[in-house]
Amino acid sequence: MDLTLTESQRLVRDMAREFAEREVAPRARELDKESRWPADLLAQMAELGLMGVAIPESEGGAGMDHVSYALAIEEISAACASCGVILSVNNSLVCDPLHKFGNADQKRDVLTPLASGRALGCFGLTEPSSGSDASEMQTVAVRDGDHWVIDGSKNWITNGPHADTMLVFANTNREAGVRGVTAFIVAAGTPGFNPQPADHKLGIRAAHSCTMFFEGCRVPESAMLGNEGDGFKIAMSTLDGGRIGIAAQAVGIARAAFEKAVAYSHERHAFGEPIAKKQAIQFKLADMATQLEAARLLTLRAAWLKDRARTEKLRHTMESAQAKLFASEAATRITHQALQVYGGYGYSEEYDMERHYRDARITEIYEGTSEIMRLVIAAKALEG
Amino acid sequence: MSDVNPVESEPWRIAARAHGARLAEAAPGHEASELVPMDVYRALGADGLMAMHVRAELGGAGLRVGDYAEAMMLIAAGCASTAVTMAVTNMVGEVLAAFADPALSARYCSQLAAGGLGGFALSETNAGSDPAGMRTRATPLAGGGYRIDGDKQWISHGDRAAVLVVWAQTERGISCFAVPGDAPGISVVRKEEKLGLRASATCALALENVVVPEEALMGEEGRGFRVAMMALDGGRIGIASQAIGIGECAFAVLRRYVNEARPGQLADFQLADCRTRLDAARLLVHQAANLKQRGVPFTREASMAKLFATEASQLVCDLSAARVPLGHPGRATVERCQRDVRVTRIYEGTSEIQRHVIAREVMKSA
Repeated sequence: MDLTLTESQRLVRDMAREFAEREVAPRARELDKESRWPADLLAQMAELGLMGVAIPESEGGAGMDHVSYALAIEEISAACASCGVILSVNNSLVCDPLHKFGNADQKRDVLTPLASGRALGCFGLTEPSSGSDASEMQTVAVRDGDHWVIDGSKNWITNGPHADTMLVFANTNREAGVRGVTAFIVAAGTPGFNPQPADHKLGIRAAHSCTMFFEGCRVPESAMLGNEGDGFKIAMSTLDGGRIGIAAQAVGIARAAFEKAVAYSHERHAFGEPIAKKQAIQFKLADMATQLEAARLLTLRAAWLKDRARTEKLRHTMESAQAKLFASEAATRITHQALQVYGGYGYSEEYDMERHYRDARITEIYEGTSEIMRLVIAAKALEG
Repeated sequence: MSDVNPVESEPWRIAARAHGARLAEAAPGHEASELVPMDVYRALGADGLMAMHVRAELGGAGLRVGDYAEAMMLIAAGCASTAVTMAVTNMVGEVLAAFADPALSARYCSQLAAGGLGGFALSETNAGSDPAGMRTRATPLAGGGYRIDGDKQWISHGDRAAVLVVWAQTERGISCFAVPGDAPGISVVRKEEKLGLRASATCALALENVVVPEEALMGEEGRGFRVAMMALDGGRIGIASQAIGIGECAFAVLRRYVNEARPGQLADFQLADCRTRLDAARLLVHQAANLKQRGVPFTREASMAKLFATEASQLVCDLSAARVPLGHPGRATVERCQRDVRVTRIYEGTSEIQRHVIAREVMKSA
């Protein structure tokens, strides 16, 4: 097992780091405070190829691998976790399934603009009363001639208020349970497709999310991704990739908090010496560093397996869930302890720490809670 | 990145897996008799597992550090007492290969490769992770060579070592010597009675008037502390791997029990946490091993691997012991794992020392 990065993976990481430090980090606090959508930064990131990192160049992407993708998400998220999740949703939850399951027309007309950053995507699986349990899905699509009519609602749709394209999951056969779920590609502006006002939330405030109403929304047969009834399979396979993005986001948030805590521990004096000399602080930092490293390695392993899955028959469901579970919980712990190192300054909005602390929390919830991750891991561990 | 998944056909892996399975059968007997027969080590030696990354021209197997880590996990999953002897012997072989006089190095390494045991005599009653309190002295002799006097503590298989690496104070500071295990003047003061690893004798040794030749000095006089720290950086990869092996052994029982009894969601969640931590520990071990293999500094990574792996494996053993009930066929194994894993958080640097090292390294790079 050799987790050494290749030259091109390092180049992607360094490029993303340089951009994140120069352009994103100085803006992050203000974007958060004003809940402002980072439109100009997204345009710049599109030019850098960050909207479709692991999508082939022929389909509008940057043609890199998923390890590079995870590294890029970590770097962007270390500067601004909101930017991180906007990218993660577009890359993992929209471009990746279009690449894997889309037909030639869909790749040309839908994927290429998304992967190149000319358009933005969002992903609609969750509903007001069904999240991880997709068999309870209430949104329906009914065939009407050569069209489908979608009715229902989806919520917590990251990128929803700004998206050009939504990948939405709807029930096309109630009797069939999860095998009755079908995926559709819906363009913004389609009559009956109605984004609601943006949600107010604890963290990642610059990444807008909203509820989407579908009211007699007619889409053509060609909007179907994969076949009728494939939706659940597509959703689960997509989340296996999405969880790598969220794990990487969590690693980025945790790293930012950790590095700031280390720096601050040298500046702040107490009882005649920097608090960095105090064992209580040193031991906190040692545990944070170790958890951060473990989280990153689990994330890179999952990404590495996803790259291998392109040519080999293998699944990385468990490894993706492990990465997300561990990295998100590590991010919660690390930001908590980093804020503690900062003391009162950590609690103040004048510094970044309270933002990192707030931003970390969602990583344990979206794209499957920690509890769902444990269910997934246990199921795989028991069978394997 | 490459090769995250093991290549199952590597000869050392096939051998280590087979030894691990045999050792799992033998481990209860080893523990009850407080002895691992020398035949076991000769058999491991015959398959190249006792001097795995010592160069082939010195009699070693010349394998990669990551291979050693994986083999250690497989052996430790069978019998942790055997594993600690394998770990210390491999570490001693490495010190000899790197620092000993060429003729001595060739002689000792070939002994170790054949299943002779290597002992690591650093700790004393008042000197553990901080060797400043070391009292053992090496006095230069008029006709060349040294006389070593002192007491050493916690010496794994110190009663059966073919060669001991001994640290002692000299005029110029702490120095390191290669000493035959049967050198006149070395005696076993006692074997410790301890919580776990009962089949690995932990000895208090007395060295009285032990005479060694000039070439027994390894590295420069006064530079022995550096040798010890280098050895321990590598050693920590071994102990982290040992801990993971013990954790995997307990995990297998827990997994079997949860599959049979389906006790509920909490047990499933514990299983998920155990699996995740063991996997993370293994990745940390391989990260440290890869850096070591490439010859770049890995102190921080080795300490992270040891800290995380030993604490993760303790958790796995504790949860397994709490879950798997009396009367279950795996119960005794889990109890042994729980006894055996405890010391991994103590020897070759306690968890507290690992945190100290990690913090120091983090501060350095900040």
